[in-house]
Amino acid sequence: MALYYKSAKELAGMLSRREVSAVELTRAALDRAEQVEEKVKSFVTRTPDLALAQAEAVDRRRATGETLSSLAGIPVAIKDNMNTFGVRTTCSSKILANYIPPYDATVVDRLNAAGTVTVGKTNLDEFAMGSSTENSGFFTTRNPWDTSRVPGGSSGGSAAAVAVGEAVISLGSDTGGSIRQPAALCGVTGLKPTYGRVSRYGLVAFASSLDQIGPFGRTAEDVALALSAIAGHDRLDSTSAPVPVPDFTAGLNRGVKGLKIGIPREYLAAGISPAVREAVLRAVEVLVGLGAEAEEVSMPHTEYALSAYYVIAPAEASSNLARYDGVRYGVRAGEYSDLVDMFSRTREEGFGPEVKRRIMLGTYALSSGYYDAYYLKAQKVRTLVNKDFEEAFRRFDVLVTPTAPSVAFGIGQKTDPLAMYLEDVCTIPVNLAGLPGMSLPCGFAAPEPAAGVAGGGPTAGDGNGLRLPIGLQIIGKAFDEETVLRVGHAFQQATDYHKQRPALDAKGGARQ
Amino acid sequence: MTWETIIGLEVHVELKTESKIFCNCSTRFGGEPNTQVCPVCLGLPGALPVLNQQALEFATRAALALNCQIAGYSKFDRKNYFYPDLPKAYQISQYDLPLAEHGHVDFIFGGEPRRVRIRRIHLEEDAGKLLHSEDGGLSADANVSLVDFNRSGVPLIEIVSEPDLRSGEEARAYLNRLKTILAYADVSHLKMEEGNLRADVNVSVRPTGSTEFGTRTEMKNVSSFRAVVRGIEYEAERQVKVLDEGGSIRQETRQWNETKGVTIALRSKEEAHDYRYFPDPDLPALDISRDFVEGVRANLPELPDARQARYVRDYGLRDVDAGILTSDLSLAAFFEEAAGLYPKDPKAVANWVLGDLLRIMNARAAESDEIPITPKQLADTLMLIDRGTISGKIAKTVFEETMATGKDPEVIVKEKGLVQISDTSELEKVIADVIAANPQPVADFRSGKETALGFLVGQVMKATRGKANPGIVNELLMKALK
Repeated sequence: MALYYKSAKELAGMLSRREVSAVELTRAALDRAEQVEEKVKSFVTRTPDLALAQAEAVDRRRATGETLSSLAGIPVAIKDNMNTFGVRTTCSSKILANYIPPYDATVVDRLNAAGTVTVGKTNLDEFAMGSSTENSGFFTTRNPWDTSRVPGGSSGGSAAAVAVGEAVISLGSDTGGSIRQPAALCGVTGLKPTYGRVSRYGLVAFASSLDQIGPFGRTAEDVALALSAIAGHDRLDSTSAPVPVPDFTAGLNRGVKGLKIGIPREYLAAGISPAVREAVLRAVEVLVGLGAEAEEVSMPHTEYALSAYYVIAPAEASSNLARYDGVRYGVRAGEYSDLVDMFSRTREEGFGPEVKRRIMLGTYALSSGYYDAYYLKAQKVRTLVNKDFEEAFRRFDVLVTPTAPSVAFGIGQKTDPLAMYLEDVCTIPVNLAGLPGMSLPCGFAAPEPAAGVAGGGPTAGDGNGLRLPIGLQIIGKAFDEETVLRVGHAFQQATDYHKQRPALDAKGGARQ
Repeated sequence: MTWETIIGLEVHVELKTESKIFCNCSTRFGGEPNTQVCPVCLGLPGALPVLNQQALEFATRAALALNCQIAGYSKFDRKNYFYPDLPKAYQISQYDLPLAEHGHVDFIFGGEPRRVRIRRIHLEEDAGKLLHSEDGGLSADANVSLVDFNRSGVPLIEIVSEPDLRSGEEARAYLNRLKTILAYADVSHLKMEEGNLRADVNVSVRPTGSTEFGTRTEMKNVSSFRAVVRGIEYEAERQVKVLDEGGSIRQETRQWNETKGVTIALRSKEEAHDYRYFPDPDLPALDISRDFVEGVRANLPELPDARQARYVRDYGLRDVDAGILTSDLSLAAFFEEAAGLYPKDPKAVANWVLGDLLRIMNARAAESDEIPITPKQLADTLMLIDRGTISGKIAKTVFEETMATGKDPEVIVKEKGLVQISDTSELEKVIADVIAANPQPVADFRSGKETALGFLVGQVMKATRGKANPGIVNELLMKALK
């Protein structure tokens, strides 16, 4: 297998045994990007010089006999809404097209300390608002499994980069599903940790009470490695939790025997494509076969989560994005008549339609006279959604659901914003409750007809024609990423969905 | 019809923390523009606030000093509005659950005790400062406005009074007392010229005897007590005039123009900002423990009322004198140190402070924290009198000279040759001369006109330029005249 398609775990071993140097590995990833980037367009900014300098530094340190972190020398991609000192950070927005931060996000700091190699900044829906990267102010990233389709979003660039071998690990952020849904659509493993597990300092805020950074990788094990590097309390983020950080790789092999798995029935209801439903239920069977116990559970407030989210997230966003006013940094409108005109034109020209839509939604929801009816009510719904999870976790160790209602859809296919919002119907409740959730590949299916609802669509893995990945979501208790990762690892030990590679270069896929 | 003016004040006070409220940048005043800034106080993308515990402690201390109840549960909210000096386009403030409520300030106004209720005190961050080219100080060729963010994130408390004030002068008395209490609580530098204390002034009028409030107007960011008084007086007069002419008051924000001495309408209620307050998701709610509050209370410095009572009790001062001395922290500190250095007669020390010291300082319009004489210099002056080195009269000269030059009293006495003449042989010579030169008064005295003695003593003092020991002169004159 090509170097750039190996897992971080495997590469770490090779690096430490000096079977490969960090520079060689980095060149492999950079060359891969040279080869595929034009088709996939994962990156807003590529940083080959920085990557090689970092790789050289790792090799030098290793040569002196220094013991390095297992991530030292591993090529990583960073979503372009995390600050990187001296490297342009745009949030895929025209308004920040020229913005070069004077500081590193805490996660970037921690990765640098671990000796990872930064290969670039990945594309996203503008300010992380979207589920396809089509809302990027610059361009749409392509799904490596079918470049006419979206990679999901908002962290579509980070998911695609790992799926196609431009990076071994990447960081995404997840406010309503922005790590898990693209992980599902691109056939990689992606984890949204518990709110507070990873510092948000330096993550450009979308909705502060929901945003959380997490890793993408090719396996649950890689994700565990990356999470161990970035997790932990940060005194610069008052919402980061002062709880101990375990070695997330330590308990991976403990298996799922006796583990109680809940299957929330509301997550398999209307709107979920039959192929996805089937793949998820089959994944549950795999886990049961490994000794887990599965049972259906009802979470009655699930149907209100999406509506609550689309009040709370835009409300916070309307305030978080107010700072982009053209006064201090970013792009300012070229012509204006006075101060207020400068503000309006800058924001009119700088923001895309989805960002404007959410700013307006949020501004309205917080307005005098509407606050109680919208924002306050949404917070009450949030409490009820939390209670559903609390109830369920009294009986179960993890919950298992689909990650996204269907496989990757075509670019330009979803034009109605509400249809796009439904992409996150399975992931949003997890953000509202602040819980850890991971998506991992659990099957493949043929594309859905463009019309959407399928009547008896092709079953997973039928092998005919184009096959697109399906994601399984594993939801855990607060700060219990260990169990989530353990279940994912057990599943991946028993299946090979995560070992499939997209058919970017050769027709018919690159089955290992 | 006669009218009553109703005033409520919102006073913003900068706390004297070393670092800003949500980051580690220095709060020092007067630095080069934008040298005390970081991603947090510049509102750069991705930066997050972390509450400065010292700011919380100072705010709590101030609230306790103003007799407030401290909330057990409080939180920070975002106040959203666009302005170039507000880097995040929202101010982190407190909305519906302020840190403290239900306090009061007691003070004397027009000889009567007054109490103004404090509705609430909350904690918030200051904004940056705009520099406009038309204000000067910037390159004259450009029509630009610049922003200095050094002040952005300096901690503020906002002290909101109930509408309990009835005149500009009463507002001044309230502000003075507030300032005194905050100085004692030691939570702010309270330098008016550095904008440490600013007031928003709410004014309305109503027919005397009415119990309903009229429509109010608000003057924002008034930065001197004098301007508060003038603004209130102008605004009350303006409102009365409008009402007398059959008009009505619009609820609006007005700006006090110091140079023109008028208020100007800025924006009406309809144009007022909708601040869209909501809880700041970046900051956890504050669970304020009773232990914390009691800890702050236990360490509260002595407040002016307590110190006034102590001066009456321990130094035997009159209540009114103790009140004046304690109305100003620097003055009280000066008195107390001097009294410590001159323990035999604190009342004498108080008399000097309340008499000569205040008289000279008022004449110079000096700020009270710039007392140009040290407590030791005052005590030394008093001891020079006790030792007979100078007379009480000369002491006043010495005191004035110390205030003017800062020189120690001993040095002044020596340099100016002010040592009292108690040497009898030297004085006998002068007395002989005075008797010889004034036969008529001498004869008057000898014929029983006792008052003539005063004249002769005066002549001796004049001849010695005031340095003669008056007791000894009296004694020697009597002897010589008999």
